[in-house]
Amino acid sequence: MSPDDTQEQTVQGFVTVTTAGQLFGLGLDRVRDVFVPQGLSAVPLAPPEVAGLLNLRGRIVTALDLRRRLGLPPRDSGKPMIAVGIEDRGELYGLIADRAGDVLWLKASSFENNPVNLDPRWAQVCAGVYRLDGDIMVVLDIDKVLDFSQFGAAAA
Amino acid sequence: MQATLDELERAWREAPGPDPEPAPSETSVAAEGETATEAGGRSLVARAQTVRVSVDTLEHLMTTVSELVLTRNQLLDIVRRTDESEFKTPLQRLSNVTMELQEGVMKARMQPIANAWQKLPRLVRELSLHLGKKIELDMSGGETELDRQVLEMIKDPLTHMIRNAADHGLEDPIDRARAGKAPLGRIALSAYQQGGYIVIEVHDDGRGLDVQKIRAKALETGLTTLAELDRMSDLDICKFIFKPGFSTASGVSEISGRGVGMDVVRNNIELIGGTVELRSTSPDGSTFLIKIPLTLAIMAALIVEVAGERFAIPQFSVVELVRAGEAAGHPVEMINDTAVLRLRDKLLPLIDFAQLLGLKATSPNPDLLRDTALTAVVIQVGTNLFGVLVDKVFRTEEIVVKPLSSVLRHVTMFSGNTILGDGSVIMIIDPNAVGARVSPVDAEAELAHATVDKAEANEARTALLLFRAGSQTLKAVPLSLITRLEEISVEAIERCNGGDVVQYRGALMPLVYMQTERAPLPKGVQPVLVFTEARHPAGLAIDEIVDIVEEPLSIDLQADTPGVIGAAIVRDQAVEMIDVSHYLGEIFDRHRARGPEETARGLKLLLVDDSQFFRDMLAPLLTAAGYEVTLAASAAEALALKDKGERFDLIVSDIDMPGMDGIDMAKRIKADTEWGDVPMVALSSYSNPRLIEKCHTAGFESYVGKFDRHSLMHALQECLKGWGEAA
Repeated sequence: MSPDDTQEQTVQGFVTVTTAGQLFGLGLDRVRDVFVPQGLSAVPLAPPEVAGLLNLRGRIVTALDLRRRLGLPPRDSGKPMIAVGIEDRGELYGLIADRAGDVLWLKASSFENNPVNLDPRWAQVCAGVYRLDGDIMVVLDIDKVLDFSQFGAAAA
Repeated sequence: MQATLDELERAWREAPGPDPEPAPSETSVAAEGETATEAGGRSLVARAQTVRVSVDTLEHLMTTVSELVLTRNQLLDIVRRTDESEFKTPLQRLSNVTMELQEGVMKARMQPIANAWQKLPRLVRELSLHLGKKIELDMSGGETELDRQVLEMIKDPLTHMIRNAADHGLEDPIDRARAGKAPLGRIALSAYQQGGYIVIEVHDDGRGLDVQKIRAKALETGLTTLAELDRMSDLDICKFIFKPGFSTASGVSEISGRGVGMDVVRNNIELIGGTVELRSTSPDGSTFLIKIPLTLAIMAALIVEVAGERFAIPQFSVVELVRAGEAAGHPVEMINDTAVLRLRDKLLPLIDFAQLLGLKATSPNPDLLRDTALTAVVIQVGTNLFGVLVDKVFRTEEIVVKPLSSVLRHVTMFSGNTILGDGSVIMIIDPNAVGARVSPVDAEAELAHATVDKAEANEARTALLLFRAGSQTLKAVPLSLITRLEEISVEAIERCNGGDVVQYRGALMPLVYMQTERAPLPKGVQPVLVFTEARHPAGLAIDEIVDIVEEPLSIDLQADTPGVIGAAIVRDQAVEMIDVSHYLGEIFDRHRARGPEETARGLKLLLVDDSQFFRDMLAPLLTAAGYEVTLAASAAEALALKDKGERFDLIVSDIDMPGMDGIDMAKRIKADTEWGDVPMVALSSYSNPRLIEKCHTAGFESYVGKFDRHSLMHALQECLKGWGEAA
């Protein structure tokens, strides 16, 4: 899983997750860990994107539902989920997806900007796409995903 | 921040060690912040070795320990399930050590309260010089420890209280000699721990609080009424000093009385979950008691369950728990969808927590509330008392308060979150935010004097007739304006002189249609609201009468539409408040033209009322009756007009107004040379003989109910007659 030495200078690492059949990549440098969310407690009156709070080794993690954030249909209850731990300005967030994938090292040559016809709700949080063999990985812009000012909009 | 080395060392040593030694910190802790004047001079030989540790380091240590505690709990849980386990004994050890470690880290955050007192001796010396009083400051209990965060928060309130004691409390040497007191004034400050709280006593041996002055001020600011004052003890009256904007200092001095009074002290202390009260006051001195939690990071909280979710309610705001329900002898009663609990002869407003938190969509089901046994957590916020309905109450737990993530910060209902012993994350309820939902206007809560039944009386309810006309939007008009509700057979309506009329009680009554486009009249009956002006009726034809409700009235939105005064929320529905004079004014004007004996011929009238609604409602009526109306929204505004040299022939004033009430205003006006003989009419939403008498003594000529416009017109006529004869 390591880059092929230094001959490929523009190689970037991504943690991949799958949500609603779509492959997403999160910059490896921003991801703290990947864990199975347990003991999620709901927060009344919170924006719909907030799935709840959970305790990760003594720290409180705010779980955000990627499906909600992207305006996708909710996950069937009981289906497995995975959380990607992200630290942002001293606070811990867990981005909840359906399944965790491999860590991928991708060349810049396979990168493309967001297709112009991408759903605006997605375009807002996506930083481009990578062409893979038989699949397409959408890069999530973590800062945009965590932009609370946009919360509640996806639900509308 | 400073932490004594001993503390950290002890925490460290105790982690692996078997025998916790007796804490050596007793003598060393206070040494650092010691002040020279402190009673019981401590040996400085054992001066503590200290290291500087950043707060972050301590916070991190704290987090790590919390994790350790949680892991320990999980282990305990596992071992508990197996009967025979070799882990049992070592785990017990681990458990104890963890607890001690937690306490140790907690203690490392603590500082002696003397640190907050350091500057006080100097302050007192300065005050002593400046005021020309001999003052001695006694401090004891300076070694009492509390969280550094709390320490910072009480510095200002304490300083303020010492200034107050020196400036207002202590007399000057001459007065002291006259009172037979020693020339040296004494201010005593003492602190001690009581449970999870630190109690600080501030005592001075001065003249005590001036009850008469506070009484007068309380009346003047409209905080209370004479009748209420008569029933209060001196101590209770003195407690008004904690009300917002209350300061008896007549002159602003350099020392104190800069407009920020004890209410600011109270606010600052309540902000950290503390309380301040006046314990005693007499000519021999007064004592204030401040109670503050040891730490903000850890607090006692009541864990409750609502709709399957658990929440923490800070213990300091919880007064008691009451079983609510028929079986428990405290039945829940309903006042128009609002649940109340009869508790010791008082009505306690109840909040359905599940509904407040959006965990349940429907409003409380009266039957359900009546039958099932729920628990009401009685919460006090300031002077505001209310009950919160929960499904289950678990226990009180010491919780570590953690700040909310920034995405949740706008959810005002919570002040933080915490991790419970079993590892789950729960939200901490902010009692202030919940309290704000009970009484949206804080000022009202302040005026309500904590007793709910009084609050009910203060809230003037207005009977409104709800109807539809033209559109589907509900329209409303105060019932008291309406003479009768009639249903007139459509066949009886006749067209005459360009307008519709109907025969009504032997005369012709003009009919006005609310909707601009007159709908073709259907067969059957036409609902009509009959209004009467100067004995002439006029009818307002509408589509449908919906209901009569009695609601506290607040116009939320001023409307630009002609014919509409504004929009209000009545029973969760938006209704348009109708301006009757817009529809019927023309007709009544015609009548008035015929009856000149009843017009007031341009007399100048001043209408004083704090409610926009009443000003909007009465002003057109009075104008229509021929008065030249000037409006004032408060007593102060009215008196300002007086000072500006305005002259009026009549004054109509509301009695219940925030700030100066109508009674006090009347007294001032009567005392005035220019305005002294202007006849005054009092308006009030409720009438009782005592109030009427008070109005008369204050100088009002007559007293009229707010919606009783016939009496008002009559009273005005009477006033003018008297005035005319006198002139």
